[in-house]
Amino acid sequence: MPQTITERILAYHAGKKAVEPGEFIEPKVDIALGNDVTSPLAIKEFRKAGATKVFDRSKVVLVMDHFTPNKDINSAEQVKFVREFAREQKIKNYFEGATVGVEHALLPELGLVLPGDLVIGADSHTCTYGALGAFSSGVGSTDLAAAMSTGRLWLKVPSAIKFIYKGKLNKWVGGKDLILYTIGMIGVDGALYQTMELSGPVIEKLPMSDRFAMTNMAIEAGGKNGIIQPDAITLEYIKKRAGRSYKLYRSDPDARYAQVIEIDCSKIQPQVSLPFLPSNTKAVRELKRIDIDQVVIGSCTNGRIEDFRIAAKIIKGKKVNPNVRLFIIPATPAVYSQALKEGLLEIFMNAGGVVSAPTCGPCLGGHMGILASGERCVATTNRNFVGRMGHPKSEVYLASPAVAAASAVKGYIAGPDTLR
Amino acid sequence: MSKNMILKGNAHKYGSNINTDEIIPARYLNTSDPAELAKHCMEDLDTEFIKKARAGDFIVAEDNFGCGSSREHAPVSIKAAGLSGVIARSYARIFFRNSINIGLPILECDEAVQKIKTGDALEVDLVTGEIRNLTRKEVYRAQPFPEFMQEIIKKGGLLEYIKSKPSKR
Repeated sequence: MPQTITERILAYHAGKKAVEPGEFIEPKVDIALGNDVTSPLAIKEFRKAGATKVFDRSKVVLVMDHFTPNKDINSAEQVKFVREFAREQKIKNYFEGATVGVEHALLPELGLVLPGDLVIGADSHTCTYGALGAFSSGVGSTDLAAAMSTGRLWLKVPSAIKFIYKGKLNKWVGGKDLILYTIGMIGVDGALYQTMELSGPVIEKLPMSDRFAMTNMAIEAGGKNGIIQPDAITLEYIKKRAGRSYKLYRSDPDARYAQVIEIDCSKIQPQVSLPFLPSNTKAVRELKRIDIDQVVIGSCTNGRIEDFRIAAKIIKGKKVNPNVRLFIIPATPAVYSQALKEGLLEIFMNAGGVVSAPTCGPCLGGHMGILASGERCVATTNRNFVGRMGHPKSEVYLASPAVAAASAVKGYIAGPDTLR
Repeated sequence: MSKNMILKGNAHKYGSNINTDEIIPARYLNTSDPAELAKHCMEDLDTEFIKKARAGDFIVAEDNFGCGSSREHAPVSIKAAGLSGVIARSYARIFFRNSINIGLPILECDEAVQKIKTGDALEVDLVTGEIRNLTRKEVYRAQPFPEFMQEIIKKGGLLEYIKSKPSKR
């Protein structure tokens, strides 16, 4: 039976030759992931079920990234609870303090997720790893508890939408603009329960950082997973990182899709998603002047070194508008260190930006840049729901690092082409 | 969840794409204590909700209920607030899984969503999937769960279900 890349990976992990959309399977998982918000509940459920040992201490990954460096006593207690569990279970990949980074930037960077893997994580943006040609999907804490104890998880095989990105990319348009445009086109439930398979000549040329930004936001269209077939760019990325074997899967030419959508990228200009849904997408140039109070560049969507290179290129030699607070949050210690080496952090600081330790922090309204009532923020993050970054009457505008950087200088939402 | 379970309560009607940030804002996620989470249920959507809602009441919403974050704290807060459950046209997939896994009754029913108004008295039979609107004297039928999930619900949650199965390892 012809299979999509997603079906191939699911079938392999379920010990089958092929699977069909709608079928329930109980595949093995290669990585079970949790963070400081979702792991405490998972650990409680794990113990309540009478489990005493994780199925494989090298396949459970716990990343304390959301409210760290711990923002208050409760958060510190949650992390302590997870830390004690990690010690007791001798979890190899427990990250806190100097080793911690935003999980979905950290795991690929360390080679913990590789092509062909099946990853489940108690974090909705677990779908990021699809950029490596892996199946990955977000679940809740009880699912994580089940996976930690049995090494398996029930899944319904999703049907797939194939997106084919064609045409020439306009200047300053990258993966973030493509995915915001796509979500704007299909809506926040446009791929509900489905696979978003991203393909086409434009995707084939995109660097890994842009691919991660795209698969990262599959969940914002309701998708179960986002996935890109591994190619030379993928292999170049994992070459120095892979410490174990991996499998490269491809979709069969005659694989079946619920829908095929072609997107002409030459029509896409830098995008912004307006409050309060990621699907509320517009081209920056269509907007009237929207004054802002804050800019955040970071997160599992756009906190990679390439993102900071773009932002620094735009900001270099300029000043952040005096009405704007600019927060630079490298997603991982390696990104931080590389940005330091390349002089990027100095560029941001000279311009009037603030550099923070790696954390999810403001993206989910945790800490490190919370908004007051009526304040507006341009963020390279992934959600702009009511109250997402603070007060329910504050507003988040989602955009690329290029648009975020230009907006920080201008003091209102602006494309990079508006700077001299 | 016991057999022949009939749930009774009034409806609180909301729109589409009610996300988990609205159901339980992240500022309260520094605890996983159900009682604490219950106090802030639906807070960023409707600050009055927790004052209006009585034990046994239902949230009735349109499409894609529970979209956004994977936080299980969202269905936990609804359950701990004493609500009977949720009736919607569709659910975001992680919220759907989480609700089944923790034993929060959720039903999918287009007709119910179209006809139910805030304040309607409802009676829901989880076994048959029948939603009786006592105010309007109407009956709607929810989609039955796949057998696989009915088993999880019958066992009282995912981990109980796993415990009841012979080990595969």
